[in-house]
Amino acid sequence: MNPRPSLKERIKIERQSMPEQAASDRQRNFKEVNLGFDERLAMLEAQRCIQCKEAKCIAGCPVLVDIPRFINFVAEGNLAAAAHSLLGDNALPAVTGRVCPQETQCEIECVRGRKGAPVAIGYLERFVADWAYQQPNQAPMETAPPTGRKVIVVGSGPAGLTAAGELVRRGHDVTIYEALHKPGGVLVYGIPEFRLPKKIVHDEVERLKQAGVKIECNVVVGKTYTLPELREHFDAVFIANGAGLPVFMNVPGENLKGVYSANEYLTRVNLMEAFAQSDTPVLIGKRVAVLGGGNVAMDAARTAKRLGAEKSMIVYRRGKAEMPARLEEIHHAEQEGIEFEFLVAPVEVVGTPQRWVSGLKCIRMELGEPDASGRRRPVPIKGSEFVIECDVVVVAIGSRANPLLTSTCPELKLNKWGFIEVDDQGMSNLPGIFAGGDIVRGAATVILAMGDGKRAAHAIDDYLKTK
Amino acid sequence: MHKILRQTQLSPNVIRLDVEASRIARTRQPGQFVIVRKGEGSERIPLTIADARTDEGSISLVIQAAGKSTRELVALQPGQFIQDMVGPLGRATELIAQGCALCVGGGVGTAVVYPIAQGLHRNGVQVISVIGGRSKPWVIFEPELRRLGEVVVCTDDGSYGRHGFVTDAVKDLLSQRKIDVVYVVGPVPMMRAMAELTRPLKVHTIVSLNPIMVDGTGMCGGCRVSVGNETKFACVDGPEFDGHLVDFDLLSDRLSTYRQIEQQVNARHEEACKIGLNR
Ligand SMILES: Cc1cc2nc3c(=O)[nH]c(=O)nc-3n(C[C@H](O)[C@H](O)[C@H](O)COP(=O)(O)OP(=O)(O)OC[C@H]3O[C@@H](n4cnc5c(N)ncnc54)[C@H](O)[C@@H]3O)c2cc1C
Ligand SMILES: Cc1cc2nc3c(=O)[nH]c(=O)nc-3n(C[C@H](O)[C@H](O)[C@H](O)COP(=O)(O)OP(=O)(O)OC[C@H]3O[C@@H](n4cnc5c(N)ncnc54)[C@H](O)[C@@H]3O)c2cc1C
Ligand code: FES
Repeated sequence: MNPRPSLKERIKIERQSMPEQAASDRQRNFKEVNLGFDERLAMLEAQRCIQCKEAKCIAGCPVLVDIPRFINFVAEGNLAAAAHSLLGDNALPAVTGRVCPQETQCEIECVRGRKGAPVAIGYLERFVADWAYQQPNQAPMETAPPTGRKVIVVGSGPAGLTAAGELVRRGHDVTIYEALHKPGGVLVYGIPEFRLPKKIVHDEVERLKQAGVKIECNVVVGKTYTLPELREHFDAVFIANGAGLPVFMNVPGENLKGVYSANEYLTRVNLMEAFAQSDTPVLIGKRVAVLGGGNVAMDAARTAKRLGAEKSMIVYRRGKAEMPARLEEIHHAEQEGIEFEFLVAPVEVVGTPQRWVSGLKCIRMELGEPDASGRRRPVPIKGSEFVIECDVVVVAIGSRANPLLTSTCPELKLNKWGFIEVDDQGMSNLPGIFAGGDIVRGAATVILAMGDGKRAAHAIDDYLKTK
Repeated sequence: MHKILRQTQLSPNVIRLDVEASRIARTRQPGQFVIVRKGEGSERIPLTIADARTDEGSISLVIQAAGKSTRELVALQPGQFIQDMVGPLGRATELIAQGCALCVGGGVGTAVVYPIAQGLHRNGVQVISVIGGRSKPWVIFEPELRRLGEVVVCTDDGSYGRHGFVTDAVKDLLSQRKIDVVYVVGPVPMMRAMAELTRPLKVHTIVSLNPIMVDGTGMCGGCRVSVGNETKFACVDGPEFDGHLVDFDLLSDRLSTYRQIEQQVNARHEEACKIGLNR
């Protein structure tokens, strides 16, 4: 191996760009867009890290991954050590390396970003994780001797999977109940294959199973079992059922044929594999209008294009700078020819006499005073209505707390929006019942859900010791 | 995995499957349903829990071969499996505690009305069932319903029971007896006609809606229906609603969303059956 370049040389290295499928090819396939760094690119990028003594990037990470440490191992070419370091801090790096909003978390803190581009922490994380998963004879997860304590995890999204891993490691008997027929939560039914290959989630689930986690699909807590029943039969419960209740626009024409919630549209395509011509149908629009400006909206618009739409549009009521989606997704969407209508809001879905969607009537907006979130509030411009011609409308304007589970346990304390209230340990007002992820925070992020899962698992472990 | 215990042909296109599902058998209530997925690549489809036996831990599904997914299910033989089954889903039927109830079933809907009639009977309510079919072989669940009370059978061609539609029989009953509530399950036009019949008489009428569903947990909103001008998710808010408030036009319209795709799928499926590809 070459001797380590000097700091001066390392400062000169430019940020390496992610190899990706050409936009013209990927517009019509569901294969992953980003191809990943190879070892050479990874080492080069890792050398850009100047190993700050007080690394700010760590504080930017919601689960406090020791970023400079694993990157240093990559720079040295010691991938085994890098993997050991990273996986010790973060249970799902192959996922977060792909879906975290790095530009607002770790990378925004990177000193190299002050003059030039920050270190590509997300790309390096993904590289190390993928490398680790490709190694034969991976060491199985080490687990403590059985404690005989039984814990139920409700939901198999990132919060549930992370909690289950941490709990089984401590010797507890863990069962996950999942409502759908496949584990993974939003990672399998929401985020498309071209952004997060399902194999990654599948492999992680297999690892958990090998470590002793039992996963029972097709169990809806609140229906198949109630929460009070679970409390009676188990020592602790971790609720991580996400925020699965779609929000609609509340405008006329919303029930016309061709209007989907993003949850339905993406579930049909991803979970039910409509993209692979399974038995589940989905309407292939010629012109698809997607409402919203977050990751969910980008995913829906890019999915529509891949299914064969001639035109796929994002319709957003604020401006480009206000879009909450990850920068990379917006950039990829633009490359793929997704069109953007900014500062417009829907007022009505218009239809044919046979009640199929034929357009989306919108009104133009202008930015007014900043609102509570600090973003300037869009206000409608009188008389500016116009119709966007389209045959499919996908509504991706957020999701709320699904009351199915919580309504079966009136003693459980909720906030005014129906999300579960917890203390800093993740415990609800009912002893032994913990919660985390989107059902506590509202629609948030994968990494925050994982952080909640980890924290709650530790708290559950402590709780079980005192009980 | 859920094992098929018995398969019984009830009418030319309706099959009863008794399937292992002990957990669901224990807790199901009248009006609730399951969502099944036969195997990899199959659709998730909702089916009402027509009956259950806690002793052997089984539930009964009564399935009308409508398209590809239901045809694959009715072809299952004892010893074979349904890969995924989730439930019991939906709200339980609002059962009255006394008085007289009419239970009206058309076609495969008769099987859906049966657990409701059972529940009413258990409550000590007088149950009168009115059931219909095209002709004699299409009438199902008559012996089971007879055990719970009076049964009026109607056939479209007059080959068995009363000649004519169930609506005619119900009209007569409503004029002769004091009926407290009417439960109706059947094709959309039949439920609509029944709601129109009882509306001027102000007889409370409960219908069971069958919109297209995916998850069955309120997550997708695909099953939305309009009741009293409010959007409801049938899988969690229903599937039963006040028939006088339901927008039936919207329901039948939304049910036709995939008709064109379904026809293509069915044609392909038939072709594959003919040349034996699916065996
Ligand atoms: C399309 C889309 C794209 C996204 N993109 C990103 C991104 O790029 N980056 C990012 O950080 N975040 C993204 N998010 C947000 C992120 O996915 C969520 O914040 C995260 O998945 C929340 O995790 P969770 O474990 O709390 O819940 P979920 O992932 O929602 O999982 C909850 C699980 O619980 C199950 N469940 C629900 N109710 C019950 C019940 N009663 N009984 C049993 N099981 C039940 C559900 O079926 C589900 O599997 C995206 C979300 C969507 C929808
Ligand atoms: C709560 C509920 C309970 C039901 N109970 C029964 C029952 O006990 N017995 C029975 O035979 N049928 C029942 N159905 C209807 C049954 O689910 C549909 O007939 C079946 O899904 C059709 O699928 P297919 O592929 O065979 O036919 P397709 O050719 O796909 O469709 C035929 C018609 O069925 C409807 N349909 C299609 N997909 C779905 C879906 N995913 N969900 C609901 N409807 C759909 C559409 O109107 C379509 O035009 C019930 C439906 C609901 C919502
Ligand atoms: S079936 Fe998805 S919300 Fe009812």
